Amino acid sequence: MKHNIYVYILIMAGVSYLLRVLPLTLIRKPIENNFIKSFLFYVPYVTLAVMTFPAIIQATRLPLAGAAALIIGITAAWKGVSLLGVSVSCCVVVFILEAFL
Amino acid sequence: MKAGHNDRKNTALKEGIRDGIPIGLGYFAVSFSLGIAARNAGLNAFQGFIASLLTNASAGEYAGFSVIAQDAPYWEMALIILVANARYLLMSCALSQKFRPGTKLIHRLVIGYDITDELFGINIARPGYIEPAYSYGAILVAAPAWATGTALGVIAGNMLPANVVSALSVALFGMFIAIIIPPSKQNKIVGMFVLISFAASYLCGVLPYIKNMSEGTRTIILTVVISAVAAWKFPIKEETEKTDEA
Repeated sequence: MKHNIYVYILIMAGVSYLLRVLPLTLIRKPIENNFIKSFLFYVPYVTLAVMTFPAIIQATRLPLAGAAALIIGITAAWKGVSLLGVSVSCCVVVFILEAFL
Repeated sequence: MKAGHNDRKNTALKEGIRDGIPIGLGYFAVSFSLGIAARNAGLNAFQGFIASLLTNASAGEYAGFSVIAQDAPYWEMALIILVANARYLLMSCALSQKFRPGTKLIHRLVIGYDITDELFGINIARPGYIEPAYSYGAILVAAPAWATGTALGVIAGNMLPANVVSALSVALFGMFIAIIIPPSKQNKIVGMFVLISFAASYLCGVLPYIKNMSEGTRTIILTVVISAVAAWKFPIKEETEKTDEA
């Protein structure tokens, strides 16, 4: 380990805080540029999607269980299940599949 | 006059605590699995607690812990947090419009500390201007739950049987899915780019040369490139933006 964990944490916390507080304190008018607006609109979905797949399949002991969790999670979220409900169903699917396969 | 003012503040504080409880419960469960990721990255319970208390971000912290696990350069941490938490910048812009003109700077500084998907949601859903007491009530419940859950995840991750850890390790991904799927259903372009992101992320993990890049760098590059293409080819219309904020 070449780097200090506390420095990592400070950077993590500092950048997160600036992202949240700078617009709140400085920007009093809405952003006008449509490309920037569109870009910022897509960023959260793209980054979360990139981080979810294929990582979810590599996170479980059985790749098939991770794949099933992805499918069940997408189905549950599509049907309007709450954030906590989707999260719990993914865990339950993995637990059951890994117990029986 | 003074008493009436305090009564209103008390009510707002209580309502904030009430609305913060279900959020705190959800946070506790999800941050527990984040704690397991923190432990895998080499953090102890105290470091996990501090990281969560100060950062308040699921995807951001998850990405951050993978940077720590890889002992990657500090600039990569800054960049990955910038990308993973860029949505808070958007939410902060939206929330700034909900502040009563002349609201003290200190309120903006404290409320900004815990802008998350859920807390942003309840603050935006409340009619009228932001009442700082309400936001503080919700933060008082949600922030400690998030930090405590992470610390317990670090500790108990060691003691739990492997099959439970394996099951819990998808909790965070479940949360990501719950954030990206409802907008994908509403907006076909978002859905299409979610699928493109899945495919591109998979490809980058198997293609020669590219697969040797760190996970963090790949996430940054993919996010910037795919979002820029989406913004260029499918700029948002006013309606899209409205439904997103609702």
